[in-house]
Amino acid sequence: MISIIDYGLGNLGSIVNMFKKIGYQSQIIHRPEELDQATKLILPGVGAFDTGIKHLQDHGWLAPLEKKVMVERIPIMGICLGMQLMTKGSEEGKFDGLGWIDAYTRKFQPASAEVKIPHMGWSKADIVKESKLLIQKNNSERRFYFVHSYFVSVNNAEDELLRCNYGNNFTAGFERNNIIGVQFHPEKSHKFGMELFGNFANNY
Amino acid sequence: MLTKRIIPCLDIKEGRTVKGINFESIRDAGDPVELASLYAQQGADELVFLDIAATNENRKTFSSLVREIARYINIPFTVGGGISSVEDASALLEAGADKVSINSAAVRNPKLIDEMAKAFGSQFVVVAIDAKKVDNPWIVHTHGGKKPTDKKLFSWAEEAQQRGAGEILFTSMNHDGTKNGFAIDALSKLNQLLSIPVIASGGAGNMGHFMDVFLLGKADAALAASIFHFGEVPLPDLKKYLKDRNISIR
Repeated sequence: MISIIDYGLGNLGSIVNMFKKIGYQSQIIHRPEELDQATKLILPGVGAFDTGIKHLQDHGWLAPLEKKVMVERIPIMGICLGMQLMTKGSEEGKFDGLGWIDAYTRKFQPASAEVKIPHMGWSKADIVKESKLLIQKNNSERRFYFVHSYFVSVNNAEDELLRCNYGNNFTAGFERNNIIGVQFHPEKSHKFGMELFGNFANNY
Repeated sequence: MLTKRIIPCLDIKEGRTVKGINFESIRDAGDPVELASLYAQQGADELVFLDIAATNENRKTFSSLVREIARYINIPFTVGGGISSVEDASALLEAGADKVSINSAAVRNPKLIDEMAKAFGSQFVVVAIDAKKVDNPWIVHTHGGKKPTDKKLFSWAEEAQQRGAGEILFTSMNHDGTKNGFAIDALSKLNQLLSIPVIASGGAGNMGHFMDVFLLGKADAALAASIFHFGEVPLPDLKKYLKDRNISIR
């Protein structure tokens, strides 16, 4: 079962509904014990980096989640803040990140009046490596919905899956073994979000 | 690069859309979820739902509608109307709204913007400003445009940004309902002043108006209601029109 981790940040109903719409069952899990039934995980999240880490800590998620992801190696997708939490740390906070991926979360520097922060809206993301997550070739129409002021910068270029430009290039998606992160909100990205969720549900 | 956003706005009363809606493909024109799904399908970038009869009795109905919308709509949506406290906003966030818009309550108590931005993040807080150009200054009005205030558009917009608003939704009361185009001058000035996105509202009548609002008004997003609801400007046609004219559109 695809299990969506509820650690108190953000509304998760739209993720469940998106999976339902494309024919897959998923469930929101509220306690670390429920991780046992999970075969795939979604780590969502909206808000500040330190708040995210603190919530995971306070609700007892850290160790069981680490085991599930790094030992059992079940597929996990981090969304937005969830993606950023998977990195080693963030310019937004002082806490260590989960460190599952060799990457760091940085703040956008406004390049011009044209580049407003947060980066909010629909932007194109280009696939930069082969993946089961996005099988269709690059498509100028493939846009996703983003809302963020910080972005992920990967240290190993081969981890980068999707690249976006907003003032500067940044990693809109990474994938390393069973670990996937996307900066945008697939659950709000209509048909391309459905494509991505469908592939995650089907191909992993 | 980011695309310009096109945002249909649905007025809601007691859980139903108001204003007649002219779509053959819709079975129940009063059902906000069905209309919203159609707009999402047609390529709307976001949606706004305004509870126009926001009263305490209606609040529950509206929350359950928001829950329903979140269940079926897979593009971002903002809800507004009568939101006057962090608790109101929290209930709507919990119901699945991506953003809330606040208007009169923010004018009455500007600290509400700070509180909401702190509680939910700026990306969640849209400050809606209804203003009317009276002689020279643009005077901010509240209560659905009924009450003039002592605030001026530009300084109030800057204050809202400073307090943590994530976006400004500016409705020109002079243009609203005229179908003669958006308030281009005021919009372009807002764009110069602010570093947060501006959503233009009021005056959309044809496809050229959208081109003007993006090119000349420099708006990040444009909102309209009746021209979409009545099928005067079909969304797919509008998107194609703008793309053909090299405006960055999804």
